[in-house]
This record gives sequence, structure tokens and C-alpha cells, in this order.
Amino acid sequence: MHQAAIELIGINKSFGAVHANRDINLEVRRGTVHGIIGENGAGKSTLMSILYGFYQADSGEIRVNGEPTAIRTSNDAIAAGIGMVHQHFMLVENFSVLENVILGAEGAPLLKTSIAKARSELRRLESEYGLEVDPDAIVEELPVGLQQRVEILKALYRGAEILILDEPTGVLTPAEADHLFRILGQLKEQGKTVVLITHKLREIMAITDTVSVMRQGTMVATRRTTETTVEELAELMVGRRVLLRVVKDAAEAGAVKLSVKNLSVKDQRGVTMVDDVSFDLRAGEIVGIAGVAGNGQSELLETIAGSRHAASGTVILDGMPVDLTGAADPGELRRRGLAHVPEDRHHVGLVLAFEENQNAILGYHRQRRYLKGPLLNIEAILADAKDRIEKYDIRPADCRLKTANFSGGNQQKIVLAREMEQDPDVLIVGQPTRGVDVGAIEFIHKRLIAMRDAGKAVLLVSVELDEIRSLSDRILVMFDGRIVGERGSDASEGELGLLMAGVEQREAAE
Amino acid sequence: MDVFIAAVQTLDSTVRLSVPLLLACLAGLYSERAGIFDIGLEGKMLVGAFAGATAAAVFHSALIGIGMAILVSTAFAMIHGFASITHRGNQIVSGVAINFIAAGSTVILGQAWFHQGGRTPALSAAERFPSIVLPGAAAVRDVPILGPIYSTLISGHSVLVYLAFLTVPFTWWVLYRTRFGLRLRAVGENPAAVDTAGISVAWLRYRALMCTGVLTGVAGAYLSMVQNGGFVKDMTAGKGYIALAALIFAKWKPVNAMFACLLFGFLEALSIRLQGTPLPIIGRVSAQVMQALPYVLTVVLLAGFIGKAIPPKAGGVPYVKER
Amino acid sequence: MSAPYAKLPAWADYGLIPLVNLVVAFIVAGLVVLLVGENPFRAAVILVEGAFGRGQGIAYTLYYATTFIFTGLSVAVAVHCGLFNIGTEGQAYIGGLGVAIVCLAFDSLLPWWLTFPLAILGAAAMGALWALIPAWLQARRGSHIVITTIMFNFIAASIMVYLLVGPLKPLASQAPQTRLFLDGGQLPKLNWLIELFGGKVRAAPFNVSFLLALFMAWLMWVLIWRTRLGYEMRTYGFSPKAARYAGISETRIIIVTMMISGALAGMMALNPTMGDQHNVAIDFVNGAGFVGIAVALMGRSHPLGIVLAAVLFGMLYQGGAELSFEMPNISRDMIVIIQGLVILFAGALEHMFRPSIQTLFATLSPKSAGLAVNGEGA
Repeated sequence: MHQAAIELIGINKSFGAVHANRDINLEVRRGTVHGIIGENGAGKSTLMSILYGFYQADSGEIRVNGEPTAIRTSNDAIAAGIGMVHQHFMLVENFSVLENVILGAEGAPLLKTSIAKARSELRRLESEYGLEVDPDAIVEELPVGLQQRVEILKALYRGAEILILDEPTGVLTPAEADHLFRILGQLKEQGKTVVLITHKLREIMAITDTVSVMRQGTMVATRRTTETTVEELAELMVGRRVLLRVVKDAAEAGAVKLSVKNLSVKDQRGVTMVDDVSFDLRAGEIVGIAGVAGNGQSELLETIAGSRHAASGTVILDGMPVDLTGAADPGELRRRGLAHVPEDRHHVGLVLAFEENQNAILGYHRQRRYLKGPLLNIEAILADAKDRIEKYDIRPADCRLKTANFSGGNQQKIVLAREMEQDPDVLIVGQPTRGVDVGAIEFIHKRLIAMRDAGKAVLLVSVELDEIRSLSDRILVMFDGRIVGERGSDASEGELGLLMAGVEQREAAE
Repeated sequence: MDVFIAAVQTLDSTVRLSVPLLLACLAGLYSERAGIFDIGLEGKMLVGAFAGATAAAVFHSALIGIGMAILVSTAFAMIHGFASITHRGNQIVSGVAINFIAAGSTVILGQAWFHQGGRTPALSAAERFPSIVLPGAAAVRDVPILGPIYSTLISGHSVLVYLAFLTVPFTWWVLYRTRFGLRLRAVGENPAAVDTAGISVAWLRYRALMCTGVLTGVAGAYLSMVQNGGFVKDMTAGKGYIALAALIFAKWKPVNAMFACLLFGFLEALSIRLQGTPLPIIGRVSAQVMQALPYVLTVVLLAGFIGKAIPPKAGGVPYVKER
Repeated sequence: MSAPYAKLPAWADYGLIPLVNLVVAFIVAGLVVLLVGENPFRAAVILVEGAFGRGQGIAYTLYYATTFIFTGLSVAVAVHCGLFNIGTEGQAYIGGLGVAIVCLAFDSLLPWWLTFPLAILGAAAMGALWALIPAWLQARRGSHIVITTIMFNFIAASIMVYLLVGPLKPLASQAPQTRLFLDGGQLPKLNWLIELFGGKVRAAPFNVSFLLALFMAWLMWVLIWRTRLGYEMRTYGFSPKAARYAGISETRIIIVTMMISGALAGMMALNPTMGDQHNVAIDFVNGAGFVGIAVALMGRSHPLGIVLAAVLFGMLYQGGAELSFEMPNISRDMIVIIQGLVILFAGALEHMFRPSIQTLFATLSPKSAGLAVNGEGA
């Protein structure tokens, strides 16, 4: 039998002007775990979507087990023994686990027999791979880790020999991630082939046999994992030496600018997302909040910024309490000197359909300088927009251009320019460099340090632990809605990782 | 005894009046459960009614009539599909368009073909669906209580009436016990999950709309070939919208849909029955109050004051593969 | 992410594509004409001549256009805020109640130029009020505004029927309508305006509410693109999350927008009641609210586009009336079909021709592309 489970030869794919995949060649050997690593936007997900029949390549060939295979739809991929676990789970939330598993693989037109068959098959998979999950549970009631397990079961139920996982650990705690890796190890032992897409170097080193690196739509290198290092991979990923530490002086923390006391936040379903959180933020310091995505950081940020109601607790801004219960008003907070760079610039921080200048006043559109009575002062708006484009080197330098036509990094600069130029006392920033190119990352980091040095209080939330470590003067770690520890900027990655996994907390509870 | 007879008669007309609502409501259920909003039920019923009456009159056959009703109504459903599935157009806008095209074309074509002011020729008994007298209905007529109930309320309806009520358990069975139903419910909640499972979202939704077309066709045929002996301009008179209201009222569930339609049919029957007659305690109830009641009830339900109507999650959103 | 196509020049986006959609709608309508055994080209000639051939026709065309400007603006204002107000029909109907109250109370006391502003306020207030409940339900209870406004259309119809066969009807009368308004409740005609340009008008209901409609169109332009409120509406329309982030109150913006939309719908009532029939009668709206959807779609929610589209539909209504005289097989219901087709092609299928037009632009050099496409559209 052919040694390569998958061969991709000369794959090209463009979306309009964006050349997402350029002449990609890849060989994945049977019975191995093959990592594909690259930054956000390097083209990893596009490549895998082509392999799974979600997109069609513009040119190139796919071979499965040595046979040239046309994969036009997901069905073709499934027939070729390829299964995929998507980053955003493809589950019907109000269906049971069983219903989700059989969807599309029911066999007979009537469900009765297929459900019975699926039930016994699930039991077999469960014992074989350690994939326990209650087949009758409703998916939306399961924790994320188990939902992911349902996705894996779906693929295995369809007889997948090749399993693609797209950023599988983004939403998992380290403990859940470890469990996933054990499952992947078992799959490999059973002769399955696993393709793991990630941008986390640690995972690559921990689990893969071979690793391929993608950068800006091209495949730049393939290495045996045992023969490479984190440093080499990092360099291949970004194309030059990574600046791991941002140059900065020690912080000179001043007066408390923002004080959060016993803050609790519930989501729409009434689940507690932020649980009794307290901390102070002082002028002239950056406080970073570390944590695995989904542990309440986003909700904390939104609540402090006034976009979300709190269940209980207080926030004191510059000595004055903020109303968090009834009419939380982001506009009011802005007037009091709190600026907010939201995590999601596409849907929250910007209106992509607007011209750039219209976004340059978003949230500040009630300031007197931008108004003439009830009318907008168009000249003043344009003048300010042009000024900031210059100051922040936003390209293209055209404030009448639709915001959607700017790159991710430049869009983020539009948001940052807007918030920083208000000269706020407190700046809260969520995922400042997500989906931003390397050049812009450096620029943004320098700006944040400059804000701090100018005596501003900065609260930083990021899922990139490196970013938190290089920028923060103090680091708070959130797990399961709570702050489970505070460390200095010199805290080691391992130490923080344990906190993010909630390890200490579990020990305390026992 | 008079009160009892009156009650049985009111219930009898409740059944008759709720049939077109029920068929249209179940039609909407297939479409909306698959994630396609359909405010074009009214228009599809109307073309169904017109095509049915026309074909029945021309070919002197009730069966050809209903066949034609189904065909034309389904064709209109396919237009809705073409706009909202293939071209990802706004589903509400498409529904509105279909209602207009239906309202206009039935009258124009009716007038051009039959020259009776938009009416179709009156249908003879052979061109309509006969009433089915259930065995023993005549025999038990005089039995107190049960007799009138059996002979008036249960027996003596058109075959389409029985068909409509059988569609309820059938729809339930399709939805919850078949592969098609599983996929249909899935595509209305998360089309991406269906797509990645290797099922064509578009084809699935088209099939759902075919079910919608068939049922609105039957609903229309009922109006013009059972309830009335021919087509009359704008004969649906908002029934498609009431069916839509009933669908929401039923929270998109088939058995609930039956009860919702019976309730709205009952309100209609009552308003006809009570025209001008004062009620004890309340006094004279204006017909308009009765007419508005289904809509008011639906709004109250939508407002979440009595329960909460949660529509299928992907409803109204065209499916686009995301990067 | 939407599929990135070659970018079209603005004139193609706002001019060519709507034109192509419109042409296709008329071609299909022509097929229907053919189906009923008439000549579509002759029908088109009769239609256009009936609408614009004589002063009388023009006056009627503009009278109908007035109504559709109001309802088109009503739909479009809501669209800018991301709301689909399908309840313009009912809001206009209830707006008639406002007109009736003002006129019945003041037509014997005040001259028209004092009654008119009061009636504008009355109609706008009633229309806004009728939009308020669905708006509140959407904003606070999450009830889908499309469904609630449909329901409110029917409830409005029931209320108006109840009032017009009951409390608002003169005792001696059988017809379901109010008494005739006196001089103080009648709007002056604008027919002299057409005669100024040499047209002859015998008697047509073209009246001063046309000027109000134009003023409202201008006001809407200012509102949407030049005011803070409009900025907030557009922000919410494009991205409710961004609006929340920007400190824009969701409840407030939905309610305010819907009340503006309802007010514009309500003002529509002035034209057929004070301007033409001089009473408020059952069914006086007669589907104009739904025409507003077609007009707003056709006019791409821009006031200028709406005025042009309203004139187009005014032409259809007036020309259609002429047509039904000339061709007995084609009743005025033909307009309803055309309306439906326009909504279908300009609305639901608006993107159908876009890819092929974009391909055309991409394959041909920009200069010749312009010519070739123009040639095809003609």
C-alpha cells in the first residue's frame, strides 16, 4: 500500500485579489500526526477546506492513498475517508449527540435502524478511543470539550482514516487539550492519520511526527519534529527573527484609575461568566489578563467598557462609581476618560461598510467638535480622520475609502487611533493583534507601551500568552470566570500555563 | 338542545374553516423548519386556488384540478427557492413579490380566459370533491349527543378535510422519524453542519419548498373546489397570513399547528355565527374584534408574555460558505 | 466574507443594475400581456402615453407618485436602520384616522393652510404610534418586526373598519366612510403647475401634499447622511454590535426609527383623503404601503431614487388605468403583477445579473465595457 495518505500537488486558490494558497505541495504519511503551522491568515484553513471539499482549488491535484482523487464536495472527501473537525463546530445545537453523529450518514430513509446502529457503533468507538459522551445528551448543554469529542465521533462514525483538526485547542483548557492529545495518540496507534492545524508551537512539539510550515499562502518548509526546534519553526513562520520581548522600562505605577470590586457577570442563559472578580488598575501600568479563550475575559472586558450588564459588584473609574446594573452606557464611560479597543473589530469596533472617516468617530460621534447642532460637522470629521491616517501610518491614506477595503492591520490601527487620540485615562484593549500582520504588531505594541509611559492605565486582554508576557507589568490569570492568580511580568510560561489550566484551584478544592 | 346543535354546527364550521389554514400552516412549517421564511403562503394558495378551479372547469375533473393546483403552487415555491436559495435574496422580499404576482396574475388571466370579472366558471359537482359520508352516519343521526357529533362534525366532510388532518401526524412522522426530516430540521438550525456532513443545503431546502408548494396547492384547491364552487378574486383574503400567525403560535411544531389552526378557525366560525347576536354578559361583539383576535393573540405570543416563540435559528439567513 | 468580484463603477451599481432588473421585470410582464392575447408593445405605448401624453395624465401620475414617495420613504428609513417595516400599509391606514380627527374637528373652523399642518401632525402622530408597538416589541422583547408589523396591518384594518362603519360614519349614511370634509379640510390642487408648462388638466387630484412629499424626501436625505441620528441609524443598520459598542441605545434607535417610518407612512394618508376624496373611506390605502416596498427597493433606499421610482409607479398606476380602457383584457391588476415582478427582480433577485455584468466589465476594457453594456441594456 502507498505510504502517503495524502499528497497535495501544486494547489492554488484565490479569493478575489487574495492568493490564499500558492503552489502548495504537501505529503502526509499514513499513521502519523502531521502538523501544519502558520500565523493567522497564512492559508492553513483554506488548504484544509480544499482537502475537505469545502472549497475547490483553482488548480492542482489531490491524491489520497496514491490515487488522484477529485474532491468537489464534502461528500467526496468523506467517501475518500477524510474527516474534519472544524474550528467552529459544525453541530446542530438543539440535536442530541446521536442525531448529530448520524446526520448525513443515516443509511436508511427511516431513522429507527440507523439510530440503533449508531448507538452500538458509538459504544464501540467510546471504548476503543476513550471518547466517552452520553449519546442522548443535547449538544448545546455539553461543555466545549465534549462538543469537540462529538465532532471527532462524527468523523470516525463515517469511517474516516484521515482526520483533520483545525485549531482544536483554541477553546480548550490545557487539561482538555491534553486529553485530546491522548485521543489523537490512540488514533495514531490504530493506524489513523491525523493532520493538526495550529499556530501554537508547543502543541506541534508535543504531539506531531512531522510539521509543515505555511507563510503567506505558501508552504515554506517541512521538518521531522524531532529534528527541529521551536526557534526554527517560529522563524520559518514569521520569516525573520521574532522580537519576543518588547523593549520597555520598568513601570512607574501611580494612582488607582480603575478599581473593580467583586464583579460578577452572567450571560443570556444565566450562566456565570465572570465570578467575583476584583483588581485595581493604576496609572502608568499595563495589566494583562491571561487565560484560555472563553474563561470570562471577554465578558469582563465588555462589562468594564459598559457594553454588558453586570450581575453584581462595582467598578470605580477615577474615584467615581460606574452604573453597571441598569443603563450601562459606553458613551458615558468614554466621556469619563475610558477608551475601549474591542476584541472583534469586524463587527464591534468598526462598521466595515462605512467610509474610514465615519469609523474614526464611532462612539465619539456625540462630541461637540463633530457636530453642528443636530447635524454632523463633516469638515471636522474629515480633518481629524486625515490627521490620524498620517499619525498612525494607516494605508492606503484615503479617509473616503470603505473600511472593508483596508487590511486587518490597518483596520486595527483605525480603531487604535480613534481610541488613543481621545487621550483617555484608562485604555482597555482586547486581542490587539489578532489577525494583524507582523509589522503592525510591532507598531501596536510600541503604541501601547507609549500610552503606559505617558501615565495611562492600560488593561490588556489577550489569548496570546507571549503578548501578555512581553507587554504587561502585572499579569492576572483568569480561569472559569475567576482570577486565579496574579504574577509579575517575569512569570514563567509554565507557571502561567498551570494557572490558566486551573490546576492550583483544583488542588485547593480537593 | 338548540344550544347543543348550535355548538356542534359551530364546531363543524370550525373544522371546515381551519382546513385551509392548517394546510397552509403545515406548508409553512416545512419551509421555515428548513430555514426559509415564507410570507408567500398567501400567494401560493391563491395561485393554487386559481389553477385548481381553472383546470377542473376546463377538463371537468377534480383530480386534474388539484393536480394543476399543486403544480402551479409548487412552481411558485420554486421561484421563491430560486430567489432565496440560489441567489441568496431576501426571503421576505421574495415572499412579498410572490404575493403580488399571484394576486395580479390570477385576476388578469381569469378575466382574459373566462371574462367573468376574474372569476372562473362555477364548478359542477363532478368537478368538485364530494363529501364523504362515513358509514352509519345516517343511522346514528338521531342518537342524542353522539349522533349529531358523529354525523355532522366527524362525517360528511370533503376528502381534503380528512387529508388535511392526516397530514398532521404524517408531518410529525416525517420530521422526527425520517432521514429527510432530520436533515430538514438540521438545515434550519445550522446549514453549515449539513453542508460539512456532505449534504447539499440548496437541494435540501428546495425539497422542503416543494413540500410547501404541494401543501399550499392543496390548500388553494380546497378553497376554490370545496369551500367555494370556483375561483373568486383574492379569495384567500389573508388566510396565508393567518396561517403564518398560526405557525408562530404553534412554535413551528406540527401537532401544535393543528390546535392553533383550529383555534383560529373557531374564532372565524364564531364571528360568522355571532354576527349581530348579542352574547350574555359581554353583549354584542363586533365582527372586527373576532377578525383581529388571531393577530392580536400572535403578537401577544411573540411578545413573550405567554411562552416564547423561538424560530429555527438559521431562518431567513441565506446560506453562504464562510471562510 | 462576501465573494469579492471586480468592483463596479458607481454608475453601474446604482444605475445599470437597477435598470437591467427593471427591464427584465418589464419583459416578463410583457410575456403576461402576450399570454392574455394582447400586444405588449402597444400596451407599453398606451401606458406611457396615458401617463405622460397629456397634462391630465401627468397630473394623475404625480398624484399617485405623491402617495408612493411617502410610503417609499417610510420603508427606506427603516431599511437604513436594518429594519424591515412591512407595516407601512397599516400605519398609513391609521394615519388616516389622524387626518379624520383633525379634519372633522377643524374643517369648519380653520382655513386649509391651518388645518393642513395640524393634519400632518395628526397623521404623522397616528402613524408613528402604530409603529411604536411593534418597534417596542422588537427592541425590548425581541419579537420579529416583520411578523408583528404584518399582524398590525390586519389589526389596523379591523380597527378602521370598526370605526368607519361605526363611530366615524354619519348616522344617515350607509357607506363606510366619514362625512365629506368642508373647505377647511380640502387641499388646493397643483394642477396649475402643469398648466404652467403648457399641459391641460381638466380635473385631477394632484395637490400640495406633493410638495410635502418632496420636502420629506429632502429631509430624509439630511437625516440619514447629515445628522447624528442618521449616523446612529446607519451604524445600527450595518452592525448592531458596533452600535452597542458606540453607546447607541438599541431600544431608542429602533423606536425612533420606526416612529419616523410610521410618521412618513401616516402622512401618506393626507394625499388621497384631504387631497382627493375629501373624506376618509374604507380601504383608502389600497396597497400603497406595499408599493412602498417596491419603490424603496427600486430607489435603493436613496431619497432621489425613491422619488424617481415613485414617479415610475405613478406612471404605472395612471397609465395602467388608461390601459384598462383600451385593452379590456388588461385590468388594473396588471400593475399588481408588474409591482410584484419589480419587487422580485429589483429586490429578491437583485444580485442575479451582477456576476455576469461584473464579468462583462472585467473582460472588456473599461471604455468599451461602458459602451457595450449600454448597448445591451437598450
